[in-house]
Amino acid sequence: MWSWVGHRITGVVIFFFLLVHVLDTSLVRVSPEAYTAVIGAYKNPVMGLGEAGLVAAIVFHAFNGLRIVAIDFWKKGNKYQARLLWSVLILWVVVMVPFLIRHLSIVFGGH
Amino acid sequence: MSPIETAETAPEPASKIELPAHVGGGGEIPTFDVTLRVRRYNPEVSEDFVWEDYELTMYGTDRVLDALHKIKWEHDGSLSFRRSCAHGVCGSDAMRINGRNRLACKTLLKDLDTKKPITVEAIKGLPVEKDLIVDMEPFFQSYREIMPFLINKGHEPTRERLQSAEERARFDDTTKCILCAACTSSCPVFWTDGQYFGPAAIVNAHRFIFDSRDDAGDMRLEILNDKEGVWRCRTTFNCTEACPRGIQVTQAISEVKQAILSRQV
Repeated sequence: MWSWVGHRITGVVIFFFLLVHVLDTSLVRVSPEAYTAVIGAYKNPVMGLGEAGLVAAIVFHAFNGLRIVAIDFWKKGNKYQARLLWSVLILWVVVMVPFLIRHLSIVFGGH
Repeated sequence: MSPIETAETAPEPASKIELPAHVGGGGEIPTFDVTLRVRRYNPEVSEDFVWEDYELTMYGTDRVLDALHKIKWEHDGSLSFRRSCAHGVCGSDAMRINGRNRLACKTLLKDLDTKKPITVEAIKGLPVEKDLIVDMEPFFQSYREIMPFLINKGHEPTRERLQSAEERARFDDTTKCILCAACTSSCPVFWTDGQYFGPAAIVNAHRFIFDSRDDAGDMRLEILNDKEGVWRCRTTFNCTEACPRGIQVTQAISEVKQAILSRQV
């Protein structure tokens, strides 16, 4: 059940990101200066951590989404669902650790 | 001395098998103290649910149902719960024990953490009537809707309707259902959407859909192709974990989904 709860929560998080993302990107049509100002405002450590959280949510949602596809369409998906969940979590760690090292060193290292 | 005389004079042995004193002796079953925390509800007294603790001394061979009996028979006769066969067949005593749906008659106390209070509450998602008793009507309503009986359009045979071992094996898993509602009341979708057919109804539909002797599979697939049918399933696997008969419930639901996709108009 917790994989499903995680999938729901990350799904809502990603939805809100996309909403804001569409809004700020469409600003460029209104006024390129306003767009630059808004994007500039994102360059601080708090947003940096937010980005890390967003990537964490997307990576989990993506891998778990593949797991759900496997459960629905692969004959043995139901049998191996718990192992598939562990694979999702392991892949999540494998992807997140290098990303966080690189990302956080940029966010906090000041280039 | 003839054998008959021996039988008359020798004392009758207590047991046919001689056991050493430390094996199989009465009163040798270890006892332990346990706290049962039961979520009580009595609408005639109050609309609120209250947790009540009962300190009991139980045996190592006792189940949660025995503890409930002890409370009802020796401590508080007002405690209400359902049970019938008490041996895991009738499906009356599904309840939420330590946060998991199980049959009280199949859950040994020694398998739970007896250091902490054992919580016992009614199954979720169905209206509670009193203490551990819920109104099962919505559950059975869904069950009836999937037509859980053989529908055969051919002539009534004069002998058994034959079926190969393979055909029988196709739906063997779902014949084990005892309608205890442990699966349906463990489903988070059912908790929030009482209109959902629920795992138990789908399991029982599966039992007939994949039965070679039945002719109404398409009708049942049509019923379950509803907004509140199989597509409500989010594969959380709570039902599979809850089933006291070990039915692969989520697997059965997946098979019904596949059948709808592949055969249907």
